[in-house]
Amino acid sequence: MTAALDIDAVAVKFGGVQAVDGVSCTIARGEMVGLIGPNGAGKTTLLKVIAGVLAPDSGRIRLSGTDVTQLATERRVRKGLAITHQIVRPFRSMSVLENVVLAAGHRLTAHPFVALVRYRREAEEMRARAILATVGLAGVEHKQVGALPLGQLKRLEVARALAVEPILLLLDEPLAGLNQNEASQQADVISAINAGGITTVLIEHNLTEILRVSRRLVVLDQGKIIADGAPREVMADARVRDAYLGTGQEHAEA
Amino acid sequence: MSAYVTSVLAIMGINVMLAVSLNMISGFCGQFSLGHAAFYGAGAYGAAFFAAAGTPLPVALLAGVIVAGLLGLVVGFAALRLRADFLAVTTIGVSFLFVGFVRKQPWLGAEMGISKIPASGLGSEGNTLLIIACALVTVAASLYVDRSWMGFAFRAVGDDEETARTVAIPVSSYKLVAFTLGTAIAGLAGGLYAYFTQFIVPDSFGFILSVALMAMVVIGGTGSTLGVVAAAILLTLLPEMFRFINEYRLLIFGGLLVLVMRFAPGGLAGLARALILRLRTS
Repeated sequence: MTAALDIDAVAVKFGGVQAVDGVSCTIARGEMVGLIGPNGAGKTTLLKVIAGVLAPDSGRIRLSGTDVTQLATERRVRKGLAITHQIVRPFRSMSVLENVVLAAGHRLTAHPFVALVRYRREAEEMRARAILATVGLAGVEHKQVGALPLGQLKRLEVARALAVEPILLLLDEPLAGLNQNEASQQADVISAINAGGITTVLIEHNLTEILRVSRRLVVLDQGKIIADGAPREVMADARVRDAYLGTGQEHAEA
Repeated sequence: MSAYVTSVLAIMGINVMLAVSLNMISGFCGQFSLGHAAFYGAGAYGAAFFAAAGTPLPVALLAGVIVAGLLGLVVGFAALRLRADFLAVTTIGVSFLFVGFVRKQPWLGAEMGISKIPASGLGSEGNTLLIIACALVTVAASLYVDRSWMGFAFRAVGDDEETARTVAIPVSSYKLVAFTLGTAIAGLAGGLYAYFTQFIVPDSFGFILSVALMAMVVIGGTGSTLGVVAAAILLTLLPEMFRFINEYRLLIFGGLLVLVMRFAPGGLAGLARALILRLRTS
């Protein structure tokens, strides 16, 4: 089967800093992959390259076998990619429901002139309500997003991403800023989404939850992949402990 | 109708068209433009040039629409990668460039403008009725766009471009459509103005008019078609109803703008919504 995501020798340099250094990684359909690494490891840069926000200096990105390296973000989304932001960015002039309805109508808004001749929203509203219920936001549909606490805004990000009917869901720190209880519930929601067949890549610092829900861990350090495999094995790797947790060699030597 | 009433109604209709079309660009799509008068002028000069050459009214008006729309498309392209504040400064530049350009063009009458614009053949009242009809169609079109998926996507682009991209909205296309649509309508208003006055000069399309139009949008409530219509009518009629205001027109506009920004950032539309909400809950 074609891989959901194929990252092929991607490199990004900012001035003298090699933020991503020849990263290659293939993610099969249906996988739940945790992408971890210390601050400055290149995770968010790599995510921006996959999302099309940043052009790589070299390398290719393929989504379901299609080379999307030259495509803008919105065209990648139309090919099955969905992204959530590290810092929540809802449409603040809209209600919770409208945020998701807009995403659910992504086929109607793909071209301005198609959008001009269409105005009915019933089908998209129905789908948006179902998605909001899936992520635990039933009952707040008509609230303005400014009235929502962070935990619900994080769920709204996921709901909006789901509404574009993705093949691959890229989540940038969806648990950041949540308390342990909220983080655990949010991780359960993400796990259920993945169980529904959507390939999921989770960038996260919350190791407890990422170890609980991921079936594969990829570790980045200084722009390179230093480990890739089953979560427990990866976390036992001395290079990972050294780079990510700072509990490797230098502790042994101390 | 007296000549005075006809004239006030015509100017009101043109201001409604200009304010509503600017609202499509700045209110719906979040592109803060301070050069709308330039597109109005481009339409007026385009239509006047063709009218003076003897083309019939619909063709001359269409020429004005096309000239203004094309200029809008070019400025829209240039504006695609500009942040809101840079776009505002760029459009101020367009406003000055336009007036500076036409002033130096002998084929456009230079400083003296174009004065040999033939009559439309509709008469003074006919002209006014045509302007009012065009203004009504503009308002209806704006209300429809706002209700359509295009208006929904415009709101998303105006709200957060990066998030709009993540829900597959081609942001650049929408910004270009808003700019072209808004400036083309301004061009139509310009053409109607040219036929109405039969005489145009560069100074009629200066920066102060652009600011006055933006004041109508902000005072009416950025993004609200009906609020902007109300503000355009109010700000056209006020100086007419109280003649002494005419002397202080800019002072009143500026003062209202400051008051709205400080006490009612939602403009007239925001005040109306708050009032309706209060009446419903009481």
